[in-house]
Amino acid sequence: MSEHSITTIPSTPRPTRSAWFGCLVAVVLLVCQSAPLQAADEYRSVAVADPYLELHTGPGRGYPIFHVVDRGETVQVIKQRTEWYLVRAANGKEGWVDRAQMEKTLQPDGEQVSFARATIEDFTNAKWETGVLAGDFGGANIVSLYGGYSLNPNIAIELWASQILGNFSNGWMGSVNIVHETWPEWRVSPFFTLGAGVIHTEPKSTIIQGPDRTDQVGHVGAGFRIYATRRFLLRAEYKSYVVFTSRDENEEVEEWKVGFAFFF
Amino acid sequence: MESRFRILFLIAALVGLSGCAATKNLFGFGDESAPPPTAEPPGQVIEPEVARREVKEPAIDREDFEIGAYVGIMSIEDFGSNVAYGARIAYHITEGFFLEGTVGQSEGGLTSFEVLSGGARIISDSERKLTYYNLNLGYNILPGEVFLGEGHAYNTNLYLIAGLGSTRFAGDDRFTVNFGAGYRFLLTDSVALHIDFRDHLFDIDLLGEEKTAHNLEGHLGVTVFF
Repeated sequence: MSEHSITTIPSTPRPTRSAWFGCLVAVVLLVCQSAPLQAADEYRSVAVADPYLELHTGPGRGYPIFHVVDRGETVQVIKQRTEWYLVRAANGKEGWVDRAQMEKTLQPDGEQVSFARATIEDFTNAKWETGVLAGDFGGANIVSLYGGYSLNPNIAIELWASQILGNFSNGWMGSVNIVHETWPEWRVSPFFTLGAGVIHTEPKSTIIQGPDRTDQVGHVGAGFRIYATRRFLLRAEYKSYVVFTSRDENEEVEEWKVGFAFFF
Repeated sequence: MESRFRILFLIAALVGLSGCAATKNLFGFGDESAPPPTAEPPGQVIEPEVARREVKEPAIDREDFEIGAYVGIMSIEDFGSNVAYGARIAYHITEGFFLEGTVGQSEGGLTSFEVLSGGARIISDSERKLTYYNLNLGYNILPGEVFLGEGHAYNTNLYLIAGLGSTRFAGDDRFTVNFGAGYRFLLTDSVALHIDFRDHLFDIDLLGEEKTAHNLEGHLGVTVFF
């Protein structure tokens, strides 16, 4: 008895995605264009192994089933959106099938199809991560964007850019962080961080004019990365900053932030 | 009496014989001598002569991102209404939730005070330009379909969004909270029309005292899934 070998379809985006950026102009063309962009033989074909495959009218809960494809027939998989697949039956009908049913289809050579999805292992081992956090920076509001690269499951390097919006002054901050995760395989994974950067502050226009300042900052912090779903994680952290001012005393600022991120 | 003896003898005989049978294997049941274990495992009977077919299947196109542009009207509190336009990008996490980033701009007009007083200006013309960015979490609360005549059905979504960002207006960056609702009308599986209504809230102290300004925006947009 030979085992079924499972072929995995990568769920990573195709590299051509960035090319879409300039395609806004083509929107009108797309609307008018009724013919499919790709030739029919470029789509993946799978055979229905369950008694039938249910085609829904839309990619989501509640959309009714309008067509079924019987066992043994093949369908073409045109695209995927979240957990739904747009398939085309032999008679030309197109509809959306959920992941649970798609996983029970077979490839042309009779092997089972596995539709890859990000798991908690990817959460632990992913190389790249990017996200957005917001919170409180010493009484001011802060919005931050970051990108990180993991050297190994435990240690990552992150670049941060933040906008600080306060009652008396605004500013921005950029920093480089080293992040250490002690238990990266945990679903709620604690981490510690250390970093340095620059902070630029300018007083608000309605306040008495003061000079803009650019200072160096150093910080330590700790927080949690929490695996949510697919390639998505929640992140909450605390950082304690020391601003090395040109005055006699250094300034200390506490920061609390929450947000979300993707890994890939 | 006789039958009782007979039964007794029978039981005795049975027990005796079965004992002998167990020790001496009198009846020849079971293995007389167990065969030695074979050293070699049974060989493969059928040699497959069919080469495995190498099937290179094309990857499935994922369409979780949505990008587009919009144009509409934004009412800036105290500064009148003006045309607003911007761009949006969204990532659909699940069939329900999506993340959205928007950047947009509009322009403030004259306040009532400036109109009535004639020449007085509270802020310069360059400071009347309003630009914003926002990062939002959205939820498709009412997915559905609409029908145009008998032959056409279109998927739609009523969604709610809420998020935060920054607005640059009257010379300062202002922390902004925005929330609203929108309607996504999918012309095809990849192209959608949007109608959106949003409220941008930020604090402003331009007219003496600090207050939270409500800046309502309504716009029409087009997006493409990719």
